[in-house]
Amino acid sequence: MPADRRVLPFRHTPAAPARPVAMVRALTLRRGGRALLDGLELTLFTGGITALLGPNGAGKSLLLRALAGLIPPDGGAIDLAPHTGAPALVFQKPVLLHRTVRANLAHALRLARVPRAARAGRLAELLVQARLSAQAQAQARALSGGEQQRLAIARALAARPRLLLLDEPTAHLDPASTAAVEALVRAAAHAGVKVLIVTHDRAQAARLADDVAFLAAGRITEHRPADDFFQRPESDEARAYLEGRLLL
Amino acid sequence: MQDFTAAFAHAVTLVASGDRELLQIVLLSLRVSLSAVALACLIGMPLGAALAVLRFPGRRALALVLNASMGLPPVVVGLLLYMAFSRAGPLSALGLLYTPTAMIVAQTVLVTPIVAALSRSAIAGLMDEFDETLRALRASRGQRIATLLWEARPALLTAALAGMGRAFAEVGAVMIVGGNIDHVTRVMTTAIALETSRGELALALALGLVLVCLSLALNAAALGLRPRAYGVAYAR
Repeated sequence: MPADRRVLPFRHTPAAPARPVAMVRALTLRRGGRALLDGLELTLFTGGITALLGPNGAGKSLLLRALAGLIPPDGGAIDLAPHTGAPALVFQKPVLLHRTVRANLAHALRLARVPRAARAGRLAELLVQARLSAQAQAQARALSGGEQQRLAIARALAARPRLLLLDEPTAHLDPASTAAVEALVRAAAHAGVKVLIVTHDRAQAARLADDVAFLAAGRITEHRPADDFFQRPESDEARAYLEGRLLL
Repeated sequence: MQDFTAAFAHAVTLVASGDRELLQIVLLSLRVSLSAVALACLIGMPLGAALAVLRFPGRRALALVLNASMGLPPVVVGLLLYMAFSRAGPLSALGLLYTPTAMIVAQTVLVTPIVAALSRSAIAGLMDEFDETLRALRASRGQRIATLLWEARPALLTAALAGMGRAFAEVGAVMIVGGNIDHVTRVMTTAIALETSRGELALALALGLVLVCLSLALNAAALGLRPRAYGVAYAR
């Protein structure tokens, strides 16, 4: 086990047997006449963090958008378990409203149809969770990149999703901001939210993920516990990717 | 030249003394143009937002018509409304001809396309930025439109100002449907045209002064109203 794996404050340990959260069956997505995802199969179970790895252009972001219901599949199906509800999606570059931090969260709570009486309490909770209480009255677009991303994640959590999809949330962040975002992601997972995170940062995947799904050539070539994946990748594509040799 | 100087001095006196006739004309102008702009915003902004957000057959054609209508000649709009409101016209029963209401209708027709087209263009730009995020947050179509309208508020303010500029400067349509009747439908632009043709430059100049000051004041006020959130726009 790599040294950085041992210092994790909490790693998901399933108390109850894992149930499927989402099942992707024979998913096909075409762009420009080319099948970027071609008969992709993936089952996500309750609890923990799954890292979705793969080379640039493999279709990881497309898969996340399809899971979030933003793009319809060209073939196959995505089945969300009844207890899953609507997944939440956070993008690499957060798009925040030209309003205060508080107003951004209040807007998300309205969209999530949180009853008016419960909104103030929930909003304070989200501010604490994202460590943004001191910046509640600040203009969201004036926050640092890391704070903006934490706000985007808190906003996504407003609806209490059971499945949180993160598309390279720390791609442009410095190490300290990355650590703060990771802490928020871990806390969400610890609270029972299933997290699927796309990342190109191998160390981040090793720090965060319980399991890794590797996407190449339009399919998940392997989906295994993170330790196994990093120590003994099974597929040629994953080996080539980890050795920095796989290009699309 | 001396006549002009005297006329200008008289004009300044008229403005400074708050001449009753001048005041009446200015107030009617404000009532007509501000009502028309308010109505145009109520119709044009949601229409522009709907055209930017919704996908339906004929959307592009409608956007094209809207853009083309920005340049509608006021006299033609005035003439068509005159025909509609006149005794033989389909809307004669409303009894609107030569009333301030007819002038409000005419200016609303002229200003709505400007407000709608500028709103559509501003919101279409924001759509590219916000659409996926709002859909990911499960915003309904109505919620998306409302959010984009609020996010576009500086651009919408500009659209309203452009509409106001058109309304205050407009003379052809209000002249035809209003008739430029003293104390009833005489507004700044029609009064300036009339007084100039009669050689009464003092009142025309005084009205011109007020018109220019109003226009500057409205633009300055709009600049002051610019939301604080946009002062730090896109700071990272």
